[in-house]
Amino acid sequence: MSNETAVSQVDKPEKRDPLGPLFWVCVGWATLTILASLLANWLPIESPITQDYTALNQGPTLHHLLGTDDLGRDILARIIFGGRISIGVGFGAMAIGFGIGAPLGMLTAYRRGRLDTIVTSVMYMLLAFPAIIATIAILSFWVPRALPKIIVVIGLASVPLVYRVIRTATLNVAAKDYVVAAKVQGASDRRILLKELLPNIFPIAISFLLIGIATVISLEGALAFLGLSVNPPTPSWGNMINEARTVLSTDPWLVIFPSLALCLFLLCLNFIGDRLRSYFDVTEVKL
Amino acid sequence: MLKYLTRRFITLIIIVFVISVGSFYLIHLLPGNPETVILGIGATPLARAQLAAQLGLNKPIWMQYFIWANHMIHGHFGESFISQTSVSSVILRTLPIDLELIVLSQIIAYAAAIPAAMRAARKPNGWLDRIFSAGSFVLLSIPPFIIIVLLVLLVAIKFNIPHTGPSSYVSFSADWITNLESLALPAFTLAITSFTVYFRTLRSDMIATLQEEYITMARSKGLSRRRIFWRHAFRPSSVALLGASGINIGGLLAGGFVVQYLLAIPGMGYTLIAAINQSDFLLVQGIVFVVSVGVVLINFFFDFIINIVDPRISRE
Repeated sequence: MSNETAVSQVDKPEKRDPLGPLFWVCVGWATLTILASLLANWLPIESPITQDYTALNQGPTLHHLLGTDDLGRDILARIIFGGRISIGVGFGAMAIGFGIGAPLGMLTAYRRGRLDTIVTSVMYMLLAFPAIIATIAILSFWVPRALPKIIVVIGLASVPLVYRVIRTATLNVAAKDYVVAAKVQGASDRRILLKELLPNIFPIAISFLLIGIATVISLEGALAFLGLSVNPPTPSWGNMINEARTVLSTDPWLVIFPSLALCLFLLCLNFIGDRLRSYFDVTEVKL
Repeated sequence: MLKYLTRRFITLIIIVFVISVGSFYLIHLLPGNPETVILGIGATPLARAQLAAQLGLNKPIWMQYFIWANHMIHGHFGESFISQTSVSSVILRTLPIDLELIVLSQIIAYAAAIPAAMRAARKPNGWLDRIFSAGSFVLLSIPPFIIIVLLVLLVAIKFNIPHTGPSSYVSFSADWITNLESLALPAFTLAITSFTVYFRTLRSDMIATLQEEYITMARSKGLSRRRIFWRHAFRPSSVALLGASGINIGGLLAGGFVVQYLLAIPGMGYTLIAAINQSDFLLVQGIVFVVSVGVVLINFFFDFIINIVDPRISRE
């Protein structure tokens, strides 16, 4: 009896910090932004490219909640539709980065040996390459620019980074006793990778995924700001800010609203990622 | 240490080679015939022949690479067919502006981040640490292109401070005071982005270092906190900071492009974006090559410094 209580005390997981209300506010806002951009076609908003010449350069009014731009287009509609580009690039590029980098990182960290040495040194070499400059260079030559190309270029550029994070995380888990025990029991490699390693690196992967999406969205914003992303009139948060920079002194809201949408979304993603990481008590991956 | 540096140097050469192949191949990413894309449809046969000779377009592609690489090694980056000037002269003219911007921003970033991180590490989770950490977290989520737009909106337009708005750049040799004024907002923008990274890195490293046994030992000897912080804990904690600075350079350059673009500062970034919009592909290629190699060299330099600060690294 006394023995049993001792065991149950040991088995009881440590009490974790609650995630806190701010975490759920961020989850709510991020979900709202994503849902709005997904369902943009069915929302009761105007088309983002409809021009209303009776309402040019208006500040926020009841009819146009966030005002209109110099062509009379509704800013709220443009922000919601613009989110599609930014969020699409963020998720798409990270899907490519994780699709290639994560399985490769897990596999090499588990197998080790020569394959690991070769792949890891190639990846670390690629990390030394200035990825932002390469992205700008490739996008400026690979004309005409289109969304799939942007996603592919940023996605491939993120592979070495994802690889490094996932490999380091897998290395830490692979040395644990329960993995060794599973191996001794004769579990297949596939079983160890999917049932033992994957669930344990999942928290790190998720938090890094969110922060990665935020980074990519910020990068796409900078590219769009420089005019290297999707072409107008298709709105994206970055090119809305770019178009509005010439009328900064007269119509500041044209810059402020899309900036706010972008920053709030990035802040939420970063905060969720950061909280999840400390929630699962994952020590920061050292360089 | 020598062995470590030799190994790093070999890697460096391989990376520069890969960059050169990549930059060379950019021209071939263009759809269609390179001569037509670079010169336009209305080009004279003479100009087309000149370009073909310059790039070796009628030879096999690996030969073209060696011709190009040979030109690059000798500093011949080609002629821009739009502005009729040599690419290397454009780069030499614009590069100092980028360097000035980066140096200014780094001075501001270090001057703010190091004292802030040391102060915050003194009492982890104290009120000062919380404010700094929350502030840097929020700033980390604001991309530089938004920071600069908002700063211009506030400082140049709302408060109407002279020489800070778009197109107010004056060269350093013409009037250095106005030059610094016109670079104040861009430098500050880049500094904010660097500050968030440097502060977070140094803070967490300092907190970890302060828990080491030799710090407890120093404390029990009765050394002053100032001495323990700056003489005993700062050096081992600054390794990751230096690493972050090296990695940050690529982002700084890209951030520099953005601020130059908004404020029409005629640096390399502004020139690059203008060249992209004018389809001046040889100029784009030259700038991309110089910038990429520059970033890799700076990273190598930081590696070297890190080794001097913490010789244990090369022994691993």
